[in-house]
Amino acid sequence: MLTTDFGDPRHVSLLVEQIRKKAVGPWTIMEVCGGQTHAILRYGIDQLLPDSLRIVHGPGCPVCVTPMESIDRAIQIASSPGVVFCTFGDMLRVPGSRGDLMQARSNGADIRIIQTPLEAYRIALKESSRGAEFDRKSGRQVVLFAIGFETTAPATAMAIRLAKQSKLDCFSALVCHVLVPPALEAIFSDPLHGIDGLLAAGHVCTIAGYRPYESIAQRHSIPIAITGFEPVDLLRGILAVIEQLQAGRSKFSAVNSYEHIAGIDGNIHAQTLVDEVFEISDQSWRGMGSLPRSGLKLRKSYASFDANHRFECESVVPREPSICRAADVLRGKIRPIECPEFGKRCNPSNPIGAPMVSNEGTCAAYYIYQSLAVRKTQTLET
Amino acid sequence: MSLGDWSCPIPKVDLPTITMSHGAGGGLSAKLFDEVFSKHYPSKELLDRNDSAVIDWDSRYRLAISTDAFVVEPRKFPGGDIGSLSVYGTINDLAVQGAEPIALTIAWVLEEGFPLSELHELASSVGKAAADCSVRVLAGDTKVVQRGRGHGCYITTTGLGRVPKGLELGSSRICLGDCILLSGPIGEHGMAIMSQRSGLDFDPVLKSDCAPLHRMAMSLASQVSGLKLMRDPTRGGISAVLNELAASSQKCFEIQEASVPIRSQVKSACELLGIDPWVVANEGKLLAIVSCDGVQAALDIMRKHPEGSQACQIGQVTGRYPRSVIAETLYGTKRIVAMPSGELLPRIC
Repeated sequence: MLTTDFGDPRHVSLLVEQIRKKAVGPWTIMEVCGGQTHAILRYGIDQLLPDSLRIVHGPGCPVCVTPMESIDRAIQIASSPGVVFCTFGDMLRVPGSRGDLMQARSNGADIRIIQTPLEAYRIALKESSRGAEFDRKSGRQVVLFAIGFETTAPATAMAIRLAKQSKLDCFSALVCHVLVPPALEAIFSDPLHGIDGLLAAGHVCTIAGYRPYESIAQRHSIPIAITGFEPVDLLRGILAVIEQLQAGRSKFSAVNSYEHIAGIDGNIHAQTLVDEVFEISDQSWRGMGSLPRSGLKLRKSYASFDANHRFECESVVPREPSICRAADVLRGKIRPIECPEFGKRCNPSNPIGAPMVSNEGTCAAYYIYQSLAVRKTQTLET
Repeated sequence: MSLGDWSCPIPKVDLPTITMSHGAGGGLSAKLFDEVFSKHYPSKELLDRNDSAVIDWDSRYRLAISTDAFVVEPRKFPGGDIGSLSVYGTINDLAVQGAEPIALTIAWVLEEGFPLSELHELASSVGKAAADCSVRVLAGDTKVVQRGRGHGCYITTTGLGRVPKGLELGSSRICLGDCILLSGPIGEHGMAIMSQRSGLDFDPVLKSDCAPLHRMAMSLASQVSGLKLMRDPTRGGISAVLNELAASSQKCFEIQEASVPIRSQVKSACELLGIDPWVVANEGKLLAIVSCDGVQAALDIMRKHPEGSQACQIGQVTGRYPRSVIAETLYGTKRIVAMPSGELLPRIC
C-alpha cells in the first residue's frame, strides 16, 4: 500500500513541476544510500529533473565500503576447515585481492547466504545441538560476516547477545559495521567537495535518529533532507533541499522528509542493544581510507565472539586495482559513467571495483539502469 | 611477500572453476555454452540456441527434442514439486517451438538414504503431470550416489514432440512493429522458491505458476498466422528472454512497465528481498511475439486457457535502440533493461 501511494505518477509530476520552478542552480545534490541510487536510476528520476540539478552518489553501499582486507580475511576464514561462513548474498562477488567468496565457495568453503544475522545464530544453534563434535576444540565454527550501516548493526548485536546468553561457543562474528555521519564529515571536510545539498538515508535515521545530520548541516553549511526510497520520497527530499538552497545560505538544517517512518531520536531500543554489544572505533573504508570513530567493534565483554581472535589470518593490506575509480565515485567526485573502465572491462559479470557488485552499488545501478542518454553516448563511441 | 606480488582481481574473467553464476541463466551461462559446449560438440540445432531443437522427420511433421535437468531446492514448494516441474519444464520447452508433446524419458539421480515414501510421492507427481499433458514416459534410468555425493534427488527429462510442417517460428521472423504479448503475471515460481528457502511466511503462501503451456501454445501456433516466436521466461525471467531476443533479432524491444502484470504479493516479496521481478524465474508463462494484426486473435486465444487468462500486450518491437531492451516507467522515463548477470536465485529449476 505504502509503495503504491509513494509511487503515484500524479504526485510525482506535481513534485517535479515544483522542483523545476525552484531549481535555479546549478546545484549538485548527493544521496547517500545505495537503495536511493537504485531507485533514482530504476525509475528514471534523474531524467525528470531539470538540467540545473546534478545528482551524485555517496558512500552509502555497505558492500562497496567494506575494506578489501576484510574481504580477504573473510575468504581466509571461510576457507578454514570446519567453518560455516554466513554472509549476505551480495558480499559473495565483492573482489578481494585474490578472488571473492563465490570462488571460495566453489573451491569447497561452506558459505551460506543469510537474510538476517539471526539466521547465522540459528545455524550455530543447530550445529551445536548436534553434539560434541561441533565445539570449539574441534574447530567447528559458525562465523557471521557482520557488515552494514546503522541499519544492520542491531540485528548483529542481537545475534551476538543471544549467542552469549546461550553460551554458544561455536559462534563468532567478523565485524565490519560502519557509521554514516563520520563518512559524511570526511567528505564535507574536503574544501573541494562540490556538494550543494544532501539526501540522507531514511532507514539509517529510522534506527539512529537524525540529530547528527542537524549538526553536519550547520557546521558544513549543507542543506540536508532525510528521505526514503520511493519516487515521491526522493522528490520530496530533493524539493526540501532546493527550497533551502533557494532561500539562501545563511542557515541550513536537516529537514525530515521521511516523517512517516523516521523520528529525530530513532529507535532507542535498537540503539541500546548496539551500545551494549559494540563500542565506536576507527574503521577503514574501501575507497576512503581510515576514518576516525566511523565503525563498530565488539566491547570487551563480547570480545570472545570476535572472529579475528579465533582465526589466524595473514595481515597484508592489499592494493586496489589502480584503474578502479571507486574512491572518486564513493566521494561523489565523479559519476560512474565518467570512469574510463565503466561498462567496458568493469561490468557486473566482471566487477573490478566493489560498487559494480552489489545490488546497491552505484556503478552497478548505472550499468543496470543506465539512462538512454548514456547508452546513446556509448553507441556513438563504439 | 611484497605488495608487488598481489595481483589485481581482473583475471576473474576466466574463472578456473564452475560457480553458481554459471548456472544462473545470465551472461556466464552463455559464456559456458559458447566457450565449452558449442566448441566441443557444435551442431546446427545446438547453435540455434532454442529451448528445443527441431529436425526433419516425415512428410507431415518435424521432430522437436528437448532435455532439461532439475535440481530445485526445496523439492516440494507451494504449487508443485520437482516431479511435476521436471515434466512441465520440458513440455514447455517443446511447446514454445509449437510442438505437440508426444513422449518423455526420465532419469533419476538419488542419494543413498533418500526416503522411498518421498520417491513414491515424486514419481506419482511425474505420472499425474505426464497424464495431464497426454504424454507417456517411454524410458527411464535410475542412478544412486553415495550419501553426501548428491542432494536427495535430481531429475533429468527429455521430451519428444511433433511440429506440423510449415510452421516457422524464430527470431529471424521478428519485424519492426511486432507486438510483445505475455500470458500472465511474472515472478511467481522464483518467489515461491525464494520465500520457502528464506523462511519468509507470506499469507496466503506464494504459489509457483508451474504449469504446462502446450495447449495454449499449440492453439496460437495453429490459429495465429502472425505468430513469430514463443518463449517461456524461466531462469533470468523476462529480462533474460527479452535481451536474448533483442540480440538475436537485432531489434529494440520496448516494454511499458505498467502493463507488465505482477501480483502485489509477488511485488512485495521482491521488494522485501531486494530482487527485480523482471529477472525472477517463471515456470508457466508464455511470451509471444505477434505481428500487429494478429494481436487481438492471439490475446483471445490465450485468455481462453486458464494459464493465459491474464494475457496482455506488454510492448512492441521497434528500431529505436537496436539490440536493446527499453522499459518505459510509470513516469514516462525510460531505462535500459540489462541482461541479468550472476547468481540471483540459486537453483530455481
